[in-house]
Amino acid sequence: MRPLKIVVLIKQVPDTRHVGPDAMKPDGTVNRGKLDTVFNPDDLHALELALNLKDRVPGTDVTVMTMGPRRAADIIRDSFYRGADNGIMISDKRFGGADTLATSYTLVKAIQKLPTYDIIMGGRQAIDGDTAQVGPQCAEKLNIPQVTYVEEVISITNDEVVAKRRLSKGVETVSSPLPCLMTVHGASPACRSKEAKRVMQYKYARTNSEIRRDDEFMKTLHAKRPYLTIPEWGVEDIDADVTKIGLPGSPTKVKSIESIVLTASEAKVLSESDSDIEMMIKELIEHHTIG
Amino acid sequence: MKSVFVYCEVENHKVAEISQELLSTGKKLAAKLGCRLEAMVFGSNFDNISSQISPYGVDRIFTANDDRLEPYRTLPHSAIATHILKKEAPQIVLFGATSVGRDLAPRLASALNCGLTADTTILDIGDHFVKKEKKEYKDLLYAIRPAFGGSIMANIINWDQHPQMATVREGVMKKEIFDDNYKSEIVEVDVNTIVNDEDFVVKIIERHIEESDVNLKEAPIIVSGGYGVGSKENFEHLEELALLLGGEVGGSRAAVDAGFIDHNRQIGQTGTTVRPKLYIAAGISGAIQHTAGMQDASMIISINNDPEAPINSLADYVINGDVGVVIPKMIKFYKANAK
Repeated sequence: MRPLKIVVLIKQVPDTRHVGPDAMKPDGTVNRGKLDTVFNPDDLHALELALNLKDRVPGTDVTVMTMGPRRAADIIRDSFYRGADNGIMISDKRFGGADTLATSYTLVKAIQKLPTYDIIMGGRQAIDGDTAQVGPQCAEKLNIPQVTYVEEVISITNDEVVAKRRLSKGVETVSSPLPCLMTVHGASPACRSKEAKRVMQYKYARTNSEIRRDDEFMKTLHAKRPYLTIPEWGVEDIDADVTKIGLPGSPTKVKSIESIVLTASEAKVLSESDSDIEMMIKELIEHHTIG
Repeated sequence: MKSVFVYCEVENHKVAEISQELLSTGKKLAAKLGCRLEAMVFGSNFDNISSQISPYGVDRIFTANDDRLEPYRTLPHSAIATHILKKEAPQIVLFGATSVGRDLAPRLASALNCGLTADTTILDIGDHFVKKEKKEYKDLLYAIRPAFGGSIMANIINWDQHPQMATVREGVMKKEIFDDNYKSEIVEVDVNTIVNDEDFVVKIIERHIEESDVNLKEAPIIVSGGYGVGSKENFEHLEELALLLGGEVGGSRAAVDAGFIDHNRQIGQTGTTVRPKLYIAAGISGAIQHTAGMQDASMIISINNDPEAPINSLADYVINGDVGVVIPKMIKFYKANAK
């Protein structure tokens, strides 16, 4: 069959899975400095599914695309190391503060700059918001079908994909014409590792704004190997309407936040000794909690 | 006309539990706003579907009855809902934070160019003063949800691009019949004038819905394991204890991610919210992502190697020890002492 063009939407996120006690400031706001940034886990699953399709359909091209601050280019390089062919960075101060509606508008404007695509993929949701909204919103704006919570692509032909979806209470197999958008569930296979050869090949991949003006080595290298230059698109490059991006384009606003404090209670502290465990079990039976 | 709308999910010709919870919540919001509660329900062969919805105090029910509308598919449901919402222009629209609601609501939000807050756990009505405009907006939806792995609760509002939409987590709101004899006006939607062939390009080939053999919500006792349980094999001890006590086994997101336990047994912010009589947390550190889903248990036992595990601050019994040692002992002493 003909090679596919796949775009994978990826996001760099704070690692909310490992929120320590110091992740919150005393005033109840998030201490972002104490949180590492990671490649959003579901997006890595999406990248794997894209690379898997590239294995199955020779000549397939996998392009990763991310919107974020300059440092988010890290996950584009990470994608190169694992097998992505191209990366596009969407970065501009004016994109900041975007909710899902403004984000999907921005991503779609960027996708529409591409000559063609067969499948848009992304993780089911990002761990910083867990909203799972950007995928379906992009599909609506592109006027293409969406197949959410994909666990496996069962078959693919020139004009149709068959995929298994993981639902809250079961599974469903659906077929969709191409082009379509898929969001990928964390139950799908984990992403392949970085390849040493590709790390050597792409370790100097940079966006222009990552290269210091006086860094002659990097400038010479990029002139010689243009594939190392990660395209960086701002508001004008994607012809975005400034009223629809960033904070102004976001209907949802945070009114207030409140940090959750675990309520302390008077606990009985026991050891794993026989006597302690037996005492507890007897108390539980006596109080009719169990038994 | 002001109103609160609820999108009702249908499974096997019945209104889903989550939708009944939403109707109850919607009724309270409508009462605060002094407006009508309306519902939309799309499916097939459901002559009596309205009688399942009316008792929640629903003033108008939009029904679309067509073989092609059940099971749920994104495009036709989205086309019909968009049509209704554009015409009726309600204040508020609620969806379940289920695999249906989370698939449909964002597509609608994009089509309607409005805001959508995901996974809310508290809904309320209140005002907001916008400094820039020097204007007080009255009667807005406060869509309150855990964020940042559950370490904060964020109150999300949307004052200028209506409707205000939210998905609501399952099992958080209480379902309450308003009036068994409540009379609703039924509006039958003419499906064929709204949808076209294009809306049916995605085809369902096969479908397996597990009739929830897992009922964590109703379980009086839950034995729950985290990453600290260490392996799938060690989870078998938890299962044995749960079986013995007449309870269910659950797990944290970390245990599910590690493959120790099935995702449908996940407890926490992105899993099920539970309120059992007894919750045994084995090898669970207690990230707020998890505790948000179990902190209302009447009694909590924490078994952990780490005396500083955050979950210990919620526990009634803290056992400083190894899960692999403690659970078998609990089984042994329960067998020895139970009458």
